[in-house]
Amino acid sequence: MSGIIDIKDLCFRYSQENEELDLSHIDLHVNEGEWLAVIGHNGSGKSTLAKAIDGLIAPEAGEIYIDGEKLTDQSLWNIRKKIGMVFQNPDNQFVGADVEGDVAFGLENQGIEREEMHARVKEALEVVGMQDFAQHEPVRLSGGQKQRVAIAGVLALRPKIVIFDESTSMLDPEGRMQIISLIRQLNKKEGFTVLSITHDIDEASLADRVIVVDDGKIIDDSLPQDLFQKGNQLIEIGLDVPYPQRLKGELAQRGIDLPQEYMDEGSLVNWLCRSILKN
Amino acid sequence: MDKMLLGRYINGDSLIHRMDPRAKLFLSFYFIVIVFLCNNWQTYVLMAALVLLFIKLSDISLGFFIKGVRPLIWLILFTVLLQIFFSSGGNVYWQWGPFTVTDRGLLNAVFVFCRFVLIIFMSTLLTLTTTPIEISDGLESLLKPLTKIKVPVYEIALMLSIALRFVPTLMDETTKIMNAQRARGVNFGEGSLIKQIKSVIPLLIPLFVSSFNRAEDLATAMEARGYHGGEGRTKYRKQEWKQNDTIGVILFIVLTAALIFLRS
Repeated sequence: MSGIIDIKDLCFRYSQENEELDLSHIDLHVNEGEWLAVIGHNGSGKSTLAKAIDGLIAPEAGEIYIDGEKLTDQSLWNIRKKIGMVFQNPDNQFVGADVEGDVAFGLENQGIEREEMHARVKEALEVVGMQDFAQHEPVRLSGGQKQRVAIAGVLALRPKIVIFDESTSMLDPEGRMQIISLIRQLNKKEGFTVLSITHDIDEASLADRVIVVDDGKIIDDSLPQDLFQKGNQLIEIGLDVPYPQRLKGELAQRGIDLPQEYMDEGSLVNWLCRSILKN
Repeated sequence: MDKMLLGRYINGDSLIHRMDPRAKLFLSFYFIVIVFLCNNWQTYVLMAALVLLFIKLSDISLGFFIKGVRPLIWLILFTVLLQIFFSSGGNVYWQWGPFTVTDRGLLNAVFVFCRFVLIIFMSTLLTLTTTPIEISDGLESLLKPLTKIKVPVYEIALMLSIALRFVPTLMDETTKIMNAQRARGVNFGEGSLIKQIKSVIPLLIPLFVSSFNRAEDLATAMEARGYHGGEGRTKYRKQEWKQNDTIGVILFIVLTAALIFLRS
């Protein structure tokens, strides 16, 4: 079965002077409707991978297929229509003078008729819950609201794949949770294929599959629950272990017997309450 | 500071607010040209009456317009004084070396003052009743004929609107950097002139670096959203030329005729 993203032996380096490849022989297959999280420490090459998929950087070797179409100079603009990207800094991706102007920016680029644009902007703002802010300027919005506008800008273009390039890393906890639940809604309800490049283990734990990138290589490809079992290994590659998982480790050291499978905060709290009642 | 650049627009729904920005832009420029047709008190009274009528129609209090004159008051006074002391012709009231005060000079000084005030009132009216983005859109469509001689009008208008959009962001950033540098012991606005100029350097360099980073991020984001030049783009915002705009233009044509008739 051919996936929506197929990457074969992708290599890339930022400068010819670099001895090491910034992306080294990447092979990746993403199924339609899948939520794939890409984790790795700073400079591991995870954002570079996202940029390569959208054709924002030109690879040295290897092939990328999006929805069955090979990424080349000719197919570039067509492929970008299928991919929406939301970046890290909420301020640096707000192009329009106000919310609706920004959502419309991508539509204007595609030369879409005005009536159609108005309808799509309205629809996209409703999905992200920003319809009441259509006339607001970016100064009057919080970081999380700006990211929601950026997501609306991407949705209005009706892509198949949405890439979140550390989109939650500059937000406050509340904004972060809103965006994460929005990503979940887009993937589960609206059926977008989601690629979330992230530092945030909580975000990654919600994904269908997690790959770990280190030194430009994919070093792990597993289900979130399996990955987070490997506590110490995660710390070795410079990642934070999720808080419930760390707590489990500490409890295990004190001789408390815990179930093996991955638990999020809620299920760990439940388990703890139950085991206390039992005693 | 952002009050000065962007807070000028006053939300409203008056006749002037609702005018097409293209009409407002064009008529404001045209006004500046025809102000120079005025050369006697009849013509100035006519122009002043018109400006007051527009101000009345805009539902904005006169105070905002008088505030608009304030930043330019020294330039105005300087020009007025030049007129008073260096005009020749007419009855000489007072003379000392190269300085002469004549009745012609005094009259010219009054006219120059009126001219300045009228132009400032009119351009203030434009910026108070039109959002910056409308102005940039209006400029874009007024300058569209220039695309024929390869002037990148779309790109210029986009640059202008992005610049306007980033003014508040960069203001915030400046405040942040100033605070960060103050925490490290830099004194802004104190000491000798040279010291003050030097204290700007630790402000400007981080600001430049971060602006370039922002610009690069923005360029990537724009490309990812399919921006590839102005060609083939459609516009989200619509500009509508309405009856009022035509009336405005006719009013100005009549005004021009009246000025030519009244001027001496």
